Amino acid sequence: MISVLRALDPLYNPGVHWAELVIAVIKVVVAFGVLLVSVMLMIWFERKVISDMQARVGPNRAGPFGILQTMADGVKLFFKEDLLPERADRFVFKLAPYLSLVPAFVSFAIVPIGGVVTVAHHTFELQVADPPIGILLLLAMSSISVYGVMLAGWSSGSKYPLLGSVRASAQMISYEAALGMTVIMVVLLGGTLSTRGIVDSQAHTFFASWNLIRTGIVPFLLFMIAITAEMNRPPFDLVEAEQELVGGFHTEYSSIRFAMFFLAEFMNTITMSAVIVTLFLGGPDGPRFHFVTWLWPVLWFLGKTLIFLFAYVWLRAALPRLRYDQLMDLGWKVLIPLSLGWVLVVAAVLVGRWWGVAVILALVAAAGLLMRAVRVGSTRRAQMEEVVG
Amino acid sequence: MGLLDSLKEDLSFLGGFKVTLEQMTKPRVTWQYPLEKKPKPARMHGRHVLNRYEDGMEKCIGCELCAGVCPADCIYVRGADNPPGDPVSPGERYGFVYEINYLRCIHCDMCVEACPTEAITETKLMEFSFTNRADAIYTRDELVVGDDGRPKQLPWEDWRPGDDAHTSAWMRATAPGGAADYEGRVQWSGELGYGVRAPEGGQSPNRDDAATGMRPLREVLTLHLDDDERTAEQRGLQGALRRLRHRVELQRELLARRGRGGEA
Repeated sequence: MISVLRALDPLYNPGVHWAELVIAVIKVVVAFGVLLVSVMLMIWFERKVISDMQARVGPNRAGPFGILQTMADGVKLFFKEDLLPERADRFVFKLAPYLSLVPAFVSFAIVPIGGVVTVAHHTFELQVADPPIGILLLLAMSSISVYGVMLAGWSSGSKYPLLGSVRASAQMISYEAALGMTVIMVVLLGGTLSTRGIVDSQAHTFFASWNLIRTGIVPFLLFMIAITAEMNRPPFDLVEAEQELVGGFHTEYSSIRFAMFFLAEFMNTITMSAVIVTLFLGGPDGPRFHFVTWLWPVLWFLGKTLIFLFAYVWLRAALPRLRYDQLMDLGWKVLIPLSLGWVLVVAAVLVGRWWGVAVILALVAAAGLLMRAVRVGSTRRAQMEEVVG
Repeated sequence: MGLLDSLKEDLSFLGGFKVTLEQMTKPRVTWQYPLEKKPKPARMHGRHVLNRYEDGMEKCIGCELCAGVCPADCIYVRGADNPPGDPVSPGERYGFVYEINYLRCIHCDMCVEACPTEAITETKLMEFSFTNRADAIYTRDELVVGDDGRPKQLPWEDWRPGDDAHTSAWMRATAPGGAADYEGRVQWSGELGYGVRAPEGGQSPNRDDAATGMRPLREVLTLHLDDDERTAEQRGLQGALRRLRHRVELQRELLARRGRGGEA
């Protein structure tokens, strides 16, 4: 038995009890299933909420309140013809959907869903995996999903997908800098890269000890904006701007491959909401009661995640899509400087109070100087234009 | 302009969040069509019927005036002499062939105006989508009303019992444009005792909305009115409850109908 396992997995440690293997497998399967079902519900939820916000009815034919609409759409997509463009790079074209889908799954694996549970003398965490480099894994996965979009557009052998994917890669790389900066603040405060460690470091008092408050709210907003751009969700969905690019990077995709992109997008939405909850809102932290103790953290986690899922739908309903130059302005001129400055402040305050005050003053002075410079520059330009005009 | 003002202007897009959230609490204007049918306008033009007299005789005399006046050229009529032993219509001649091609008909109602005997009228039936070109041509047998004075329901027609109310009644084509003298007076005749409509009330207080299938605007648009503009029974908490109950009933009906085999 052990030799078979060794052959399958060279890193297999024979000291591991078989039950732990079973638990690991069960955790993976459950997380996979839960994520798939919640994607189904999320798509329904988004369509229903956004139709409410637009004074429409939304899906209401399949099942009670149209809750099975996603299922119906999925089945329909399954039976559609799977087209492969003549000038497509066949291998990459087929690979790209998986490159979008798998990172979304893997990112979810590091999210702590609940506390610690003991079943039949085996204690384990409600979390698929808790690698010591957890948050780096998240950043790595969000970088890999850039490849999914980029390669999908490039391998389609068609102009609109290519344009869409070029936009996408530029956008995702720009916002990843700000994303990394905000994550650095959380890591600095928690002193650990493991997601479990980050959650534990926030679990002293309800709300006040969350990173949302401890980092001073701004990083949370920066992270929220950056992650929205990273997911290519509205208002940052230039990648699939219908008016300009047909469908964007997935124009040439049909059938189940298209469904996979769709699945990946919504799975990312759920995963990233869960990540925000983990990093800034204390994950499953919250008051718990003495009956069914393991359930309360899970409920807290779900509740907090649901707030963000609603927030994403709300963003989509309320904000118009950004222009490309506005997108780049926001990324490079606002988010990156702001997150850089805030990292300095957080780091300085961690070192010492005087350090913090000094760095804040220096940053304010620098910002003032920069603003002055920009103003002088813009008035000069206006004067020049007056002369020319 | 101060810094604060420019910041306010820059962040004015946040108003979108308020608008969208407010919209969530507002009522929908959508009608759940196959379940919830709007009362049709009093003078709606639907598919035609060929009327009969109370004794069962057909009114059409085969004069072809309808075919002559038809701007879409969709009516084909051939008159013939009544068989002496078994007359189809009172008088000399009857419509031997009568066909309307609904791929051409524009429902302008001019055939109704032209008809000297009120033989052809338009019903309010509009759910008769066909999937076959041959079905588009309605023949005399299909157009003529049944012995009960009701239009015949053809296999592809999807209207429910009650939708044919106010059918088979002729409205004077030159109806007075709301002249006070004609208010409350019946201006159309019923055939075979079926489809007699109550007079259109216009502005007068003695209008019978239930009979004409009309609803006052205050009632139709009640969701969009301020509370003091609503009718008495729609006002206040009780009115809101009544509307809610109506919604729940609709939803339940929807589910029940789906349970019966998804005819919706």
